[in-house]
Amino acid sequence: MNEFEWVPPRASVNAIQVDALFYSMVGFTALVCAGVAGAIVYFCLKYRLGSKADRRQLGRRYLPWEFSWTAIPLIIAIGLFFWGANLYFDMFRPPADAQLIYVVGKQWMWKFEHPEGPREINDLHLPAGRAIELVMTSQDVIHDVFIPAFRIHHDVLPGRYYTEWFTPTTPGRYHLFCSQFCGYAHAEMGGTVTVMPPADYAHWLARGNPQPSMAARGFRLFVEVGCSGCHGENAAVHAPKLAGLYGSVVHLSNGTTVIADDRYIHDHIVMPGSQVVVGYRNLMPSFKGLVTEDEILELVAYIKSLEPGERSAL
Amino acid sequence: MSVATSAPRNYLTEGTSIRSWLLTTDHKRIALLYLVTITAFFVVGAIAMALIRLELMVPNGTMINAEEYNKMFTMHGVVMVWFFLIPSIPTVLGNFLVPMMIGARDVAFPRLNLASWYVFVTGSLFTMAAMVLGGVDTGWTFYTPYSSLFSNGHVILTIVGVFIVGFASIFTGLNFIVTVHKLRAPGMTWFRLPLFIWATYATSLILVLATPVLAITLAAVALERLFHVGIFDPALGGDPLLFQHLFWFYSHPAVYIMILPGMGVVNEVICCFARKRIFGYEFVAFSSLAIAFLGFLVWGHHMFVAGQSIYSSMTFSILSYMVAIPSAIKVFNWTATLHKGSISLETPMLYLLGFVGLFTIGGMTGLFLASLAIDTHVHDTYFVIAHFHYIMVGGMVSAYLGGIHFWWPKISGRLYSEFWGRVAAGLLFLGFNLTFFPQFIVGYLGMPRRYHVYPPEFQVWNVLSSAGASILAVGYVLPLFYLGWSFFFGPEAGPNPWGATGLEWRTPSPPPRDNFDETPIVTEEAYAYAAPEVAGG
Amino acid sequence: MRHRRWPVAKSEPLLAHQFSDRTQQVEADSLGMWVFICTEVMFFGALFTGYALYRFTYDAEFRLASHPVSFLLGSVNTGVLLTSSLFMALALHAAQRGDRRQLLGFLWVTAALGVVFLAIKLKDYSDLWDHGLVPALHFAPDLPMPPRAQLFYVFFFFMTGLHALHVLIGVVVLLGLSWLAYRGRCSPADHPTVENVGLYWHFVDVVWVFLYPLFYLMGRSS
Repeated sequence: MNEFEWVPPRASVNAIQVDALFYSMVGFTALVCAGVAGAIVYFCLKYRLGSKADRRQLGRRYLPWEFSWTAIPLIIAIGLFFWGANLYFDMFRPPADAQLIYVVGKQWMWKFEHPEGPREINDLHLPAGRAIELVMTSQDVIHDVFIPAFRIHHDVLPGRYYTEWFTPTTPGRYHLFCSQFCGYAHAEMGGTVTVMPPADYAHWLARGNPQPSMAARGFRLFVEVGCSGCHGENAAVHAPKLAGLYGSVVHLSNGTTVIADDRYIHDHIVMPGSQVVVGYRNLMPSFKGLVTEDEILELVAYIKSLEPGERSAL
Repeated sequence: MSVATSAPRNYLTEGTSIRSWLLTTDHKRIALLYLVTITAFFVVGAIAMALIRLELMVPNGTMINAEEYNKMFTMHGVVMVWFFLIPSIPTVLGNFLVPMMIGARDVAFPRLNLASWYVFVTGSLFTMAAMVLGGVDTGWTFYTPYSSLFSNGHVILTIVGVFIVGFASIFTGLNFIVTVHKLRAPGMTWFRLPLFIWATYATSLILVLATPVLAITLAAVALERLFHVGIFDPALGGDPLLFQHLFWFYSHPAVYIMILPGMGVVNEVICCFARKRIFGYEFVAFSSLAIAFLGFLVWGHHMFVAGQSIYSSMTFSILSYMVAIPSAIKVFNWTATLHKGSISLETPMLYLLGFVGLFTIGGMTGLFLASLAIDTHVHDTYFVIAHFHYIMVGGMVSAYLGGIHFWWPKISGRLYSEFWGRVAAGLLFLGFNLTFFPQFIVGYLGMPRRYHVYPPEFQVWNVLSSAGASILAVGYVLPLFYLGWSFFFGPEAGPNPWGATGLEWRTPSPPPRDNFDETPIVTEEAYAYAAPEVAGG
Repeated sequence: MRHRRWPVAKSEPLLAHQFSDRTQQVEADSLGMWVFICTEVMFFGALFTGYALYRFTYDAEFRLASHPVSFLLGSVNTGVLLTSSLFMALALHAAQRGDRRQLLGFLWVTAALGVVFLAIKLKDYSDLWDHGLVPALHFAPDLPMPPRAQLFYVFFFFMTGLHALHVLIGVVVLLGLSWLAYRGRCSPADHPTVENVGLYWHFVDVVWVFLYPLFYLMGRSS
């Protein structure tokens, strides 16, 4: 990173599009402001007290002017809205093959977990040219993942999973900031996103101590923390089986139906009584405090990996 | 040397004891009570900002530590928003002028007016106590769950102060609404009102309708903090986003409280110093109401990346573009008013022309923030800070100072020094732009808000900004001196030194206790300026 | 009643100096009260919004949680408050006729019914206390409660408590008004003051009419 910058690095597909909109609006703004300022200065000079300008008043036909400078800004505003909304809409529709990376924010650090295994604190290595989707939560207060080079921001909330996605284009090292005030070390809660060519990234993934994948770590937790006692194959307790659960429709005892997504599984682990499945009793204990947010993500990854019909081994 | 020795009895000389000031029900004296109080708070908020800008001169500043820094920017926000900007024009210029502009002897409820000042002072004592006892570090936005469960600062004490001060706002707004509806002089129809009254009226609508929501929201945070009952705690089923919705439902209309009165002042000053009727009176009048109304519908644009649904975001975005339109209409009408005028550039005119330019920049940058895709990048960066300071400082504070200068002869009966007035206006304009324009750049670069340390590549912009702030400070301090001096030693002003229209200029300067010896009867439009004779044409 | 028992009306100025005539003052006072009521609507509105969000999110649990709330006490209170509004209206009618005796009587009945409302509310709260259903102070339910019950009771106490505070303020104002009437300010020309107090009282009643179904009638139909 240079000692002096006046435009941010452009390192994602989205960044190029956002910059196009931004600089167009800068041009438009400059035009309007120059127009207004210019008109004011011109009028102050031409019509200064005592000058010989023609001041015969026009007739009171001001409606055409009012109409024009209401309608034209309105049309431009609507156009700008659509441009921005269109881009924004895309920002919330990650491609199906986006590579997932799990993020937990806590006072005052970021934990990143690659599904293949590597875990990083505050730094994030990414391959260029692939769509990346961050699945994010917070362990305590509201934080925000902000990567200026990708022109992307999203708050992370406790108890919720939010996603943001991007496609990095240019290898390099870029800032990552926490962008929602979160207390004492808010300004120091940042890191570096390192974008690497795909080959280098594969090499980086493979080197170092081989780490078990998130799903594998999740399976280990599943056994250690005691989930398999009820949800395992040979469990004596009547508990819902988890194979094929992720993404399926679940009927709850209060008559509603939900999709079993990341949040559903997260909430079941920490607040099981809030959503009892129809046909089961409210017996599941809460694991709040016994597992951290990143461990919950590993459990989610494990459950996600269970295909229908697969036996969740004991 | 006493005040206005040769002027007949006026509101300043009617009773000179402290008791006569502290128990006054005269709207003009209450305006001065507010003037002194909010000036003191402005100084407090400005000192906090001075420390911040000093700290930000270097990327790894160690002048103040992280915790102190967090408390500084919180204090700056809390004090400047609730104890300076929201009261500013309404309680000082509004209180002084509204009855006079409509031809009344006082506001509808003078005792309620005095009560509002006492409530204001009482609330401020709580918040100042919080500051003195160690401060609060949540930011003026008090986001949960940080404020409700994690912060170690004096959150509840600060909240109590803001809660109480809210009632002062509500009383003032209620008073103005009833005054404008019921106490207009004969012949003063709605469409003959000065546009300052329209703007104040629209502001009052927001004051009375939005502030109660803030009160309840802050009370809920205090409850949560005291008892941890789960209103905003996800672990207990609460929703932190509910706080944001409720908070911004008030705080977005609040920013219109912090600009509409300034827009009102523009009309009075521009028409006077262009010696010309406003262009498009009805449009300017209705645009104030439109801003007040639409301002209630856009709060979610503070939450585009907070986790609300994308369809909510889209709705708030299009509405945010809509709310810019009435402001644009005003700017174009003001500019058109200058056309074929006879313009002179006294100090108030300099301030208010500066307002129009700086507000245009601020308003246009609001369009960037209304754009969903751009806000996704610049949310919570210095871009946002620059945007709202262009409006609140470049706009509102310029209008406030311009208005103070414009009506100073009426308020004090004295003239201030035009030379120093122009110097101050110029310094403010230059200092302001140097302070805040670099913040647009460093914000787009990605420098987040509320950061006391930052990467070295942002330093150049921060140094420029801090340098500008030092010039801005001089621009703020100067008027304290020459206006203060003129109050006691300045030449007498006479009833209408500017030759302005408006009922307030038909009274002596300073005005008598009941403003008018007999109730005026209004027969002409507002801003009925006759173009002066032009030499040779 | 013999007229001589009552204090003689003092000749107090009816016209404040900022007003040019009595009509202007009366209209200003009335508009002021309406604007004030709008601010109160926004006050309670914020709470209704929060409650609506959680009611929608936790529908079944809120229904379960609301069972211990006393339908009987709530319904009686509704009757009490509505009746008090009737007497308030009668008081205004008496004021318009300048009938001091009736005015005083009706004002006192209104205030008394307000006090009855508060007493019943106190009993309501203390019953919930006995069940251990008061968040923050004593939340240890002796009945099976779903996890979100505390949230329900937070809103229950916050909203009905805020309302009760407004009833209390209203009772105090009514007593103050009846003192004024006793001292002689009860000519037909004084009735706007009674009207404005009546507006406030009716507003407090209307808020209750919204609170009652939300908290006391939930789940009764299912």
